[in-house]
Amino acid sequence: MSDLIEGYLGKRDDGTKSRMPAVLDRWQSITGLILGLFIIGHMFFTSSILLGKEAMYTETKLFEGSLFLDEPEPLLVGIAASIIFIIFIIHAGLAMRKFPYKYREYKMLKTHSAHLGHLDTTLWMVQAATGFAMFFLGSAHLWMMVAEPEKIGPYASADRIYTDNFGFLYALLIAMVVLHAMVGLYRLTMKWGFTVRKDPRAGRRRNKRLMWGAIVFFSLLAYSALGTYWEIGKAHQPDYGKRYIPQSQISAGGEQ
Amino acid sequence: MPKTKIMTTDRGEGRELTLEILKYNPRDPESKPHLATYTIRETPGMTLFVALNMIREDLDPDLAFDFVCRAGICGSCGMMVNGKPLLACRTRTADYPEGKIRLMPMPAFELIKDLSVITGQWMDRMSQRVESWIHSSVEHDISRIERPVDPDAADATFELDRCIECGICVASCATALMRPDFVGAVGLNRIARFESDPHDERTDADYYELVGDDTGIFGCMSLLSCEDHCPKNLPLQEKIAYMRRKLAKVK
Repeated sequence: MSDLIEGYLGKRDDGTKSRMPAVLDRWQSITGLILGLFIIGHMFFTSSILLGKEAMYTETKLFEGSLFLDEPEPLLVGIAASIIFIIFIIHAGLAMRKFPYKYREYKMLKTHSAHLGHLDTTLWMVQAATGFAMFFLGSAHLWMMVAEPEKIGPYASADRIYTDNFGFLYALLIAMVVLHAMVGLYRLTMKWGFTVRKDPRAGRRRNKRLMWGAIVFFSLLAYSALGTYWEIGKAHQPDYGKRYIPQSQISAGGEQ
Repeated sequence: MPKTKIMTTDRGEGRELTLEILKYNPRDPESKPHLATYTIRETPGMTLFVALNMIREDLDPDLAFDFVCRAGICGSCGMMVNGKPLLACRTRTADYPEGKIRLMPMPAFELIKDLSVITGQWMDRMSQRVESWIHSSVEHDISRIERPVDPDAADATFELDRCIECGICVASCATALMRPDFVGAVGLNRIARFESDPHDERTDADYYELVGDDTGIFGCMSLLSCEDHCPKNLPLQEKIAYMRRKLAKVK
C-alpha cells in the first residue's frame, strides 16, 4: 500500500515526504566511494608488472586465494569482479539521474560552462562525459574479468593487451577512470564536507591539490604499466596463449 | 544577428573600452535579441555601473539595466560579465585589461529587457517554498524586552542572514540553470539560516519536508560555483554540506 501511495503522491503513508531521495543520494556517494577506492587499489595491483613478471604472477595468485587454497581458484577473482560490476551498474544508474537529458539542459550547461570558466563546473562536465563513456568501456572490461578471470597473468594479460587489441580499450579506459574517480573522490569530500570540517575553504584547496596530484600519479602509473604489458605482449606474440611459469616451477617444468 | 555599433565622440584621457551588451525586449514583437557594441572612454575607478550609466546617458537612452544602491548591498545589478555573474556596481572595468566586456542578463530569471531581469519573482517563490519566516509557538509581548539569545548563535544566524538575494548563486549554478525547479544555494542557505536560529522551532524533519528531494538539497551536484561567485562571501560550501548531512539522516 505504501508503495502505491508514494508512487502517486510522493509521500509516505504517514503523510511525510519520501525518504528515497536521501537514500539514493547516499548510495550514489557510497557506491562512488567504493569504486573510487577500489580503482586506486586496482591500479596499484595491475602496476605490479612494473616490478617484474614474478611479482605480478605472485600477486595474481594471491587474489586467487593462494594463501588459503592448495590450488589457486580464478573463480574468486570472477566473483570479486561480479560484485564490482554490480556496484558499477548501481552507481551508473544513480549518477545518470544528474545528466542533462534534454537538449535545452545540455545547451544551457554547455554554454554556461564554456563562458563561466569555473573549474569545478568544467570538471563536473568531464565527469558526466567520462561516466557516459565508461558505461561502455568499463562494461567491456568488467565483463572480460567476470567471464574469463583465469586469463590474468604476466603473459595472459599482456597477450590480451597486445595481440587481442584490448590495449586500445585500456588506453581509453585509464584516462576516463582516473579523471572520473579522482574528481569524484574530491567532489565527494565537498558534497558531504568530509575531511574539511575544520576549515572548509582551506580543506577544499588542499583536496583539490591532492586530486590533481592523484590524477598525474595514477595516470603515469597506469600508462607505464600498460606500456610494459604492451611490450611483454609484443615479445610474447609468437607464444600467444602460453602461460607464465613462475621461477619456483621452472625446474619442475610445470605450466600455470 | 543584428549588431549595433555606436561610438562616443569623447576624446578623454582614459583608454577605450568596448562593451557588447545584449539588447532585447521580449515584450516587443519587433525586437530581436542581438549584441550592441558601445565604445566609451574609461574614467579613473570606473565600475560597470558607471560605464552603463555613461552609455545610457550619452549613447543609448533605451538601454535597460537594474541598480539601486551602487554599493553591493541591494543585490539589484547582477549580470553576466564575460560569462561570470557579478554585481555591476562592484566590478571595476580596470579588471579587464583587454578593455572588452560582454554583458548578458542573468539566465534563470525572467528577462524584462536588455540586462534587466526579475529576480524578485524567483526569490519570492523560493521564500515561500522554504517558508522563510520564524516558526515559533511562543507568543511574544512586544512591549517587553526580548529573551536574550546566545551571542554565538546570533552571530551564526546573522552571518547567513547577510544574503542579499542578488541571484548570482543561481545564475552561476549549472544545476539551477538546467533545472528551473532547483531551490538553489540561496534557498539552502536560507534553510541553514533558520536551522541555526534559536527562535525557530522547526526540526530537521520539518526542513526535510521543504527541501528533502532532488529539487532541493539532494539535487545539488556540489559544483561550488555558488561558493566561488557569492559577492557576500557566504559559507555556502560548508552550509550546503552541513544541511545535506543533517537531512540525509532524517528517519
